[in-house]
Amino acid sequence: MSENYLYNYLVRLADNALIFGHRISEWTGKAPTLEEDIALSNFALDFIGQSRSLYSYAAQVEGKGRDEDQLAYLKLSHEYKNLLLLEQPNGDFGYTIMRAFIYSTFMHKFWIKMINSADKTLAAIATKAEKESAYHVRHSAEWVIRLGGGTEESHKRIQQSADEVWRFTAEMFETDEVEQSLTEQGIAFDPQDIYQDWLSYVKEIFEIATLQVNQDVFMRTGGRNGQHSEYLGYILTELQWVQRTYPNSQW
Amino acid sequence: MTQNTTPIWEVFIRSKNGLDHKHQGSLHASDAEQALQNARDVYTRRSEGLSIWVVESRHITASQPSDEGSFFEPGEKIYRHPTFYNVPDGVKNM
Repeated sequence: MSENYLYNYLVRLADNALIFGHRISEWTGKAPTLEEDIALSNFALDFIGQSRSLYSYAAQVEGKGRDEDQLAYLKLSHEYKNLLLLEQPNGDFGYTIMRAFIYSTFMHKFWIKMINSADKTLAAIATKAEKESAYHVRHSAEWVIRLGGGTEESHKRIQQSADEVWRFTAEMFETDEVEQSLTEQGIAFDPQDIYQDWLSYVKEIFEIATLQVNQDVFMRTGGRNGQHSEYLGYILTELQWVQRTYPNSQW
Repeated sequence: MTQNTTPIWEVFIRSKNGLDHKHQGSLHASDAEQALQNARDVYTRRSEGLSIWVVESRHITASQPSDEGSFFEPGEKIYRHPTFYNVPDGVKNM
């Protein structure tokens, strides 16, 4: 049974990385500047790289002979366990940046703790991902400050993005028997442990950016249990097209 | 009416400890931190370097093509080249 928990835990992490990586990759070729286009493509590659490591390990833990491609490309919509936040459309550049900032800040603190996981493979993935996420935070925080303190229009839009992103943040800190069981084994931890850390860094950057945290919003959750918004379907159509049309095709 | 808020910066990267920073190219950025981040994303993603310098292009003063005669034609003065020394085998990166 514990294998099953670990498998579910890894798939959630992998789905987060894949779906978010895919979302960000949608900016490739159309970001505001060439430099930012390359930066966002790099972000996308980091996340897709993380998803590969996590899916490979999940497939190994599952032990049913599936591989990373099958876990990434051949699941049905309700079998994806990513956070609702990450499947939301990119919106404008401000929304993309705000979401990246909020999520990367969480993931940076997440990977730092995960480096001490009793699971050696997960700890190794965390060691690599932590460095990547540190840069995601640095880059997105810089943009949040820039847009918050930029023009009236940029301030208005990035504040609006913050409000829209906020209603998906509670899901990052949810736990169920998967986390609880793995926490007892020293493999995972309760994300509530990093909540204060996460919130205080977000507030610190918001203050410099002259933005408000509007915490009084209705929180939406469900992705972790496979209950998704309509947007995931559109992502999967694009993401799975090649594997579904040409099954077992390889690079 | 567009205002140029992102001037050009020159990017220099040191590929190994002990070597000089070498000019890699240029990019647009609105300030030094953004220039550094853009340089990281554009020029160092394939382990090209250990250290980055960025400098706004306007701070570089360049010689003109018309300076060529007085700047670059020292004539036949071979004693200005240290070619009469033997470089010891152990010295690298010369």
